[in-house]
Amino acid sequence: MLDRPGAITGAVSTPRQHDSGHKHVAGRAIYIDDMPEPPGLLHVYFGTSSEAHARIAALDLAPVRAAEGVAAVFTAADIPGENDISPTHRHDEPILATDAVHFAGQPIFAVAARTRDQARRAARLANVTYEPLAAALSIEAAKPAGAMVTEPLTLVRGDADAAMGTAPRSLTGQMRIGGQDHFYLEGQIALALPGEDDEVTVYSSTQHPSEIQIMVAQTLDVPANAVTVEVRRMGGAFGGKETQGNLFAVVAALVAKKTGRAAKVRPDRDDDMIITGKRHDFLVDYAVGFDDDGRIMGVDMTYAARCGWSSDLSGPVTDRSLFHADNCYFYPHVRLASQPLKTNTVSNTAFRGFGGPQGMLGGERLIEEIAFATTKDPLEIRKLNLYGPGERSLTPYHQAVEETTARDIIETLEGSSDYWMRREEIDAYNSRSRVLKRGLALTPVKFGIAFTATHYNQAGALVHIYRDGSIHLNHGGTEMGQGLYVKVAQVVAEEFQVDIDRVRITATTTGKVPNTSATAASAGSDLNGMAAQAAARTIKNRLIAFAAEAWDVPPDQIAFLPGRVRIGQQDVPFAKFIGRAYMARISLSSTGFYKTPKIHWDRAKGRGRPFHYFAYGAACSEVCVDTLTGEYKVERVDILHDVGNSLNPAVDMGQIEGGFVQGMGWLTTEELWWDDKGHLRTHAPSTYKIPACGDRPRVFNVRMVHGVRNSEETIYRSKAVGEPPLMLAISVLHALSDAVASVAGHRLCPRLDPPATPERVLQTIDRLRAEDAAA
Amino acid sequence: MPTVSMTVNGQPAAGEVEGRTLLVEFLREHLGLTGTHVGCDTSQCGACVVHVDGKSVKSCTLLAVQAVGTEVTTIEGLATNGTLHPVQAAFKEHHGLQCGFCTPGMVMSAVDLLSQNASPSEPEIREWLEGNICRCTGYHNIVKAIDAAAQAMKG
Repeated sequence: MLDRPGAITGAVSTPRQHDSGHKHVAGRAIYIDDMPEPPGLLHVYFGTSSEAHARIAALDLAPVRAAEGVAAVFTAADIPGENDISPTHRHDEPILATDAVHFAGQPIFAVAARTRDQARRAARLANVTYEPLAAALSIEAAKPAGAMVTEPLTLVRGDADAAMGTAPRSLTGQMRIGGQDHFYLEGQIALALPGEDDEVTVYSSTQHPSEIQIMVAQTLDVPANAVTVEVRRMGGAFGGKETQGNLFAVVAALVAKKTGRAAKVRPDRDDDMIITGKRHDFLVDYAVGFDDDGRIMGVDMTYAARCGWSSDLSGPVTDRSLFHADNCYFYPHVRLASQPLKTNTVSNTAFRGFGGPQGMLGGERLIEEIAFATTKDPLEIRKLNLYGPGERSLTPYHQAVEETTARDIIETLEGSSDYWMRREEIDAYNSRSRVLKRGLALTPVKFGIAFTATHYNQAGALVHIYRDGSIHLNHGGTEMGQGLYVKVAQVVAEEFQVDIDRVRITATTTGKVPNTSATAASAGSDLNGMAAQAAARTIKNRLIAFAAEAWDVPPDQIAFLPGRVRIGQQDVPFAKFIGRAYMARISLSSTGFYKTPKIHWDRAKGRGRPFHYFAYGAACSEVCVDTLTGEYKVERVDILHDVGNSLNPAVDMGQIEGGFVQGMGWLTTEELWWDDKGHLRTHAPSTYKIPACGDRPRVFNVRMVHGVRNSEETIYRSKAVGEPPLMLAISVLHALSDAVASVAGHRLCPRLDPPATPERVLQTIDRLRAEDAAA
Repeated sequence: MPTVSMTVNGQPAAGEVEGRTLLVEFLREHLGLTGTHVGCDTSQCGACVVHVDGKSVKSCTLLAVQAVGTEVTTIEGLATNGTLHPVQAAFKEHHGLQCGFCTPGMVMSAVDLLSQNASPSEPEIREWLEGNICRCTGYHNIVKAIDAAAQAMKG
């Protein structure tokens, strides 16, 4: 550890290990499925739809009820409260289907049995009679009718049509962007324990315990105060447990209250992938006008998304795609529109970046198109179009980009990655290499930090100091591996100037901190760190007032120093000081609250300041493509990323490295595939290719920007880091495109759509060669 | 139902299981050794790796009855007298984990690698870990941890 001599251990900005690391390596960290099973536990499984869209003409569950070990079977008719888990309360997402099914895999009934194996076998015994209805499975199929799951958004600034009409050059195109399965290693799971009266406790692998609480309460028709939801840790989430845990938790709670027995729901991995939503796939139609230098004059883009059968979070996801369609570039005249299309597929949901990555891909495609049209290097076009001062600082949603961080990072990375020298070297290599072609790309990221739903930007914390001086910390954020718990504990250790081992990190529960927001939007540390700091400072202020009175010194002569409190000329060890405070009847417990300042957003007008600040980064990627097979390697990646004054550099580096590789998977090997009946055929890692260790870039130089504090008043001037690094992987897609373009002498924009699987790379190579020969 | 008996983490272990009971189910549900995780249910992800007679095995691929008479080591049995195995210590020290769900399988897999090859090159580490999926870390610190463990075990 790099703790400063004489300083506390685990101070802010030190590279502290994950708080559960010692338990993870020993197999002693408890996930929900590892908890001892209560006597009489029932295992619950879903019977699901085989049809993408159909009316249920008849449902015969007698064989299910008669199956070995079955204790009870539940349908929508057994739900005492609302049969709806729409997170935005649109009443479009029944827990269990009633008269119709809307995607293949939709739960119709739940069966509870003595063992999980019995429940799974029984779930397959139902006789369901379907009357098929017309199904829209794809964006293309849904577009003509244009049924949407929620209101679309349009952002307009200036007159895009007029600008494109007068621009010396213009072009149009279309880009298809694939979805992504979260593949959290720990699948969805919930364990419910029935309590007294109407009470129930639910252990849920969720990023959003307060929402689970509300959903359980409305399902059971009980007040929220009857429901306690707890989660100590998740085995990964990535957005896939922001709303997707609702189904499993409410059904576990329903079974527990109906039977009076504990109930656990843990779908098999294949069923998890079939039942739960994923990253939205998009079809982007774009038009851009520009001058002969490549400077953008007008932009018109429509982002159509496959949202699936219900709205879920598709409204804010598709909104965020528009918020990031500019990436780092100024569009003088712009029109951006979303189309959140309703389809008969699984309901797509939050996934690290939340629509932002798809938006950014559209913006970067424009840059690439302009580069090919003007025969310039894409990096030149990027730099030419960066946000600048004055009137060139306005985003399509009228928030100003006031800092030059993007340019600074790009120019630093341009030098440290030897971009131009390697560009020459790669051109020379490609001119003499017949089969292997290399490619290079440097792309930036600008990501807006804050929930676009303003009311979500609040957080609470609870801090107790016990009379022996040990500290109990709780807050509304959840731990999914990202290191939130240790970061917030560092904040509390720093505030009291005690070693972090004195701070006990405790499981997130609705019983301690109420009305919390999802741990999402990269905002976990920003929100919960500030709330915990507020709680600590409330207690500190009481302690300072106490010491001033008891020792008769002015408050400004009282300071919290490492492990002790200085009162005038005297140092009192922290624990002893707390003991004195207790005897003097000082309250040693406090809540803390925080709401993000400055943000506002008028969706109807498309104007406001939806983001507190922006996080930045850039990546330079080099690939080598085998043009006979389409296979490729990522040879080298250089990353420079801005985390402000990092709360924990080790944890933040992990987020950058992991986010990049996850983004690379999305854009390269991870391909979701549904058949013409709407059945997901890529429902296990055997058919859905997640990056493995060998897929990691061969050379991987990751650095954080040093010495740059967040200009906004965030917790110790740090910046959010959860989502932004995922988009650094866009450089890999563009490097592949660059390599592919060399087969046609860089005369044609490859329009290589993600995921750039080897098959798609090969198809693109063939197409480019044919088009180049024809031209 | 067949009775199975084997040595698990140095202790005799026995139980009545169905013939189709997987080794991972026996370990988790009969013996309460929940450090071995089930990630994908289909022998892809490697979260369930344990050692059977010293070799790494995906315990969701083996029936409990196939392990009769063997010496099984799980993640819980790797530390000796409360001291972490060098691979465990290195994963912790070098941040080779985030959510931690893949970690037990990763560690068990890496221990087997180092028992066969005390000085694996980076490509050899990468190739060995093809059967272990991590969704969080991007593998960077996992490779670093295994390399550091190899150095520590030589020292």
